Amino acid sequence: MPAVSKGDGMRGLAVFISDIRNCKSKEAEVKRINKELANIRSKFKGDKALDGYSKKKYVCKLLFIFLLGHDIDFGHMEAVNLLSSNKYTEKQIGYLFISVLVNSNSDLIRLINNAIRNDLASRNPTFMNLALHCIANVGSREMAEAFVSDIPRILVAGETMDSVKQSAALCLLRLNRTSPDLVPMGEWTARVVHLLNDQHLGVVTAATSLITTLAQKSPEDFKTSVVLAVARLSRIVTSAAIDLQDYTYYFVAAPWLSVKLLRLLQCYPPPEDAALRSRLTECLETILNKVQEPPKSKKVQHSNAKNAVLFEAIALIIHHDSEPNLLVRACNQLGQFLQHRETNLRYLALESMCLLASSEFSHEAVKTHIETVINALKTERDVSVRQRAVDLLYAMCDRSNSKQIVAEMLSYLETADYSIREEIVLKVAILAEKYAVDYTWYVDTILNLIRIAGDYVSEEVWYRVIQIVINRDDVQGYAAKTVFEALQAPACHENLVKVGGYILGEFGNLIAGDPRSSPLVQFNLLHSKFHLCSVPTRALLLSAYIKFINLFPEVKGTIQDVLRSDSQLRNADVELQQRAVEYLRLSCIASTDILATVLEEMPPFPERESSILAKLKKKKGSSKLPDLDDVRRSVNGSTDHAENTEATETSVSNTVLAFSLYRTEPTGIITLPCDDDFRFVCKNNGVIYENQLLQIGLKSEYRQNLGRMYVFYGNKTSTQFLSFSSAVTSSDILKTHILQTVDPMIEGGAQVQQILNIECLSDFSDAPVLSIQFRYGGTLQNIAVKLPVMLNKFFQPTEMTSQDFFQRWKQLGAPRQEVQKIFKAQHQMDSDVAKAKLLGFGVALLDGVDPNPANFVGAGIVHSKTTQVGCLLRLEPNTQAQMYRLTLRTSKDSVSQRLCELLSDQF
Amino acid sequence: MKMQFMLLFSRQGKLRLQKWYVPLSDKEKKKITRELVQTVLARKPKMCSFLEWRDLKIVYKRYASLYFCCAIEDQDNELITLEIIHRYVELLDKYFGSVCELDIIFNFEKAYFILDEFLLGGEAQETSKKNVLKAIEQADLLQETPVPHPDLSGSLDSWVDTLKDFHRPSSDQLPAMHIFVHVTFIFWGR
Repeated sequence: MPAVSKGDGMRGLAVFISDIRNCKSKEAEVKRINKELANIRSKFKGDKALDGYSKKKYVCKLLFIFLLGHDIDFGHMEAVNLLSSNKYTEKQIGYLFISVLVNSNSDLIRLINNAIRNDLASRNPTFMNLALHCIANVGSREMAEAFVSDIPRILVAGETMDSVKQSAALCLLRLNRTSPDLVPMGEWTARVVHLLNDQHLGVVTAATSLITTLAQKSPEDFKTSVVLAVARLSRIVTSAAIDLQDYTYYFVAAPWLSVKLLRLLQCYPPPEDAALRSRLTECLETILNKVQEPPKSKKVQHSNAKNAVLFEAIALIIHHDSEPNLLVRACNQLGQFLQHRETNLRYLALESMCLLASSEFSHEAVKTHIETVINALKTERDVSVRQRAVDLLYAMCDRSNSKQIVAEMLSYLETADYSIREEIVLKVAILAEKYAVDYTWYVDTILNLIRIAGDYVSEEVWYRVIQIVINRDDVQGYAAKTVFEALQAPACHENLVKVGGYILGEFGNLIAGDPRSSPLVQFNLLHSKFHLCSVPTRALLLSAYIKFINLFPEVKGTIQDVLRSDSQLRNADVELQQRAVEYLRLSCIASTDILATVLEEMPPFPERESSILAKLKKKKGSSKLPDLDDVRRSVNGSTDHAENTEATETSVSNTVLAFSLYRTEPTGIITLPCDDDFRFVCKNNGVIYENQLLQIGLKSEYRQNLGRMYVFYGNKTSTQFLSFSSAVTSSDILKTHILQTVDPMIEGGAQVQQILNIECLSDFSDAPVLSIQFRYGGTLQNIAVKLPVMLNKFFQPTEMTSQDFFQRWKQLGAPRQEVQKIFKAQHQMDSDVAKAKLLGFGVALLDGVDPNPANFVGAGIVHSKTTQVGCLLRLEPNTQAQMYRLTLRTSKDSVSQRLCELLSDQF
Repeated sequence: MKMQFMLLFSRQGKLRLQKWYVPLSDKEKKKITRELVQTVLARKPKMCSFLEWRDLKIVYKRYASLYFCCAIEDQDNELITLEIIHRYVELLDKYFGSVCELDIIFNFEKAYFILDEFLLGGEAQETSKKNVLKAIEQADLLQETPVPHPDLSGSLDSWVDTLKDFHRPSSDQLPAMHIFVHVTFIFWGR
């Protein structure tokens, strides 16, 4: 056992570990651990000073207990003491404990940082490395603030040992990931780039990662790295494997470094310089060639390392997307892998090919592998590989092969794993729509989807088929005929009943000429499903029936009988009952003309992007999904998320509106209070709610802990609102009082005003809810809206001098009093806008306090009945990184927290 | 490479090592561990070493009784990660001499130290096996010796150079991670 003889065996620790391992039950383990914790606690508290060895041993035991999954709430101080031990192993265990159990306790952080600072200054490489590892492992903001300026210095200093350079490079990388705003670019960047030329390959390996991360942040500063990276890569790929000594891995020259260099090059477009470009192309060709050479070893490590480089090279080729030759070669190589005996390679080939399929140069080449991919879908035993095959089929689909691919996906769906069914359904629905030449095929495909995997067909899918049928005259007759036939099946999915009910209700007349699908037959067919369906579907069917009454006067009597039956008129479900009553009444009293107008065919839907696509994007994460329209991948591999989601939301809500006749909404429209309305954090007036019937507007004013709100209700219709009433509910710490009730009737087009008094008793976070109820055309409407009353409304701006500000800032230095948030800018970073928002937020802006004029500093007092909370804030925009850092200090931590939430959402 | 975390766990689902390269709460870490251990253990031996999980890619490989499992980001290279795992196993094997699960249980701190020399911040720091082991040995040599003055650092390298290389010569052999058979812990007596 060389390890232990070499090491620093702690007998007590070993005994403890074997005790734990010998425990027969969880309870016994917990008991043993508690005993040990008590023991350690008493040792730490004891009068006798512990020697370093014991301290190390106990700290190590605590660490072991923590890693077993138990909570540790002491021992941090002892661990920190170990950091300054002059015995290496004690120091090492101290650092390990700190790295694993980071504690944001500020006193300790200061001590830890001191110890780290000493070790960094020790010039002892082993100690420096320990300190750097600790910073990299913890990576906290406090550490970044303390050391971010030292590390670049250590990294580029001439006398720094290689191993320290390596640690420093990756340490800086970690800090850049956690606190990018703190890592300053400077004259050191040029020297960091030059590390790519370093003699020591370990240094190059570490530096390449750092440069890649920094280049993603500010590509301009690191542009020169491209030349050096190509040169380095070229030297590696042309070297004989043994040249690189220990950096050769199973006969492959520096695979990790090669992958990293190829990754770095993916931060940039293809080099413009012709010589450089051809050198890079040569490298890539060499890498492709090497795969064809006979293997130098049969070990899987050899082929893995070689192929790791190959896949990264292909990723670069796809990223550049400019060399048709290389793209096609890459595709052929992947084609070979598709039939490789290694599952891993087949998986990766399918994955990479997905990306190739989106390049116009290689799309055709990818398509030639269709049979192999289909075969993979049928024969692969691992679901994750089959999933890749589905993705690839989706990516390679175009007009020429869509019928085949959709058919294969449909047949796979019959046996597909439940976990991926929904995704396949969405994909089929998208492809069928996108590549439909004639819409009869589209209708067939969707009905098949419902037949095969009805449970996985989401609303978006069946809404969409109806939208398309309604918008296209040429397919309506076919759709009616097909759903009619599909409904003949003894057991059909409820989604089919929905689609069938809707389509027959609209277009049943187109097939009514055939005696086999006469109106009565159609009605009986639909009604035979009625009792097996859920309430929403039944409601939809009732609407279809009333549409039938309009389309086919001859079945009016039959349908009226059905509506009149007790099971409808006295249905326990209020919505069904209401529909039955209203439809029956409508059919009895309305003249044919009125009936025809009310129950007219649905108007065409406005053309819009399919909401299914958006759903799929949401499900998969945009980066994984090659966009069918977007031939070229964007440089960062990400598509604009925000835009897509927005599109989904609007289109879904449109759909919902259009379908309201067919959907259940128990008592009119209920709008549930949504999340806080952040639009009103910085302003006091505006429209807070609007639908087709009603608009609610606000004006409000605040003074100290009191507020007054004028609420305006506008009737947008030409009909009266009856039994109008409103109420406000709020928590105990925010008192609200309605001054006068509104007249229960609001005339069409009229606006009425209501006044609301507000009093803030203590700091709060829940906004009051305004609930409104009224009757419009017989339906009861319920609306609930959150009123935009937020804590910052009770701000009083405070002017103060720079000196006062800093003095108070220091006074509010306790850890929980400060809240800091770093966030990406959601809007354009405009200084004037930011200023207006901060003023709207309620603080006074103090000029000349912050040395950096781009930053904002503000102060104010939040008033409540019980207390007044002083608040200081600082907002630092970083336009380069498109980020903000917001720091708030107040005398009450819950206030800091809440204000930070509110304000950070504004930028 | 942006490795998010690395987990080592046994066939029984016991976590033996956890290394997190992204800030997460303890609760979240436990949740991830639980979910992932379950997912990986449920997979059959011949299945592929990669899987999609949440928005990450999981790369795992089993060595004897231990599963080594890494989470990387969408654009990262799966195969090179697989070889990161292998190189780490080789390092453990060299250091402990035919490493087995027990070595990692009883010397967990060493397993962490070796990992820190090899990977830092989720990136490969030093891929040369010799260099990593040299760093660890250098540290082991320092063990109980007090290092009162930083100036000693200059002589450290020469110390190590005089050490005879007690490792087996580098070979193309896949290190066997022995499923432990020796249950007695004689070595602790030393």
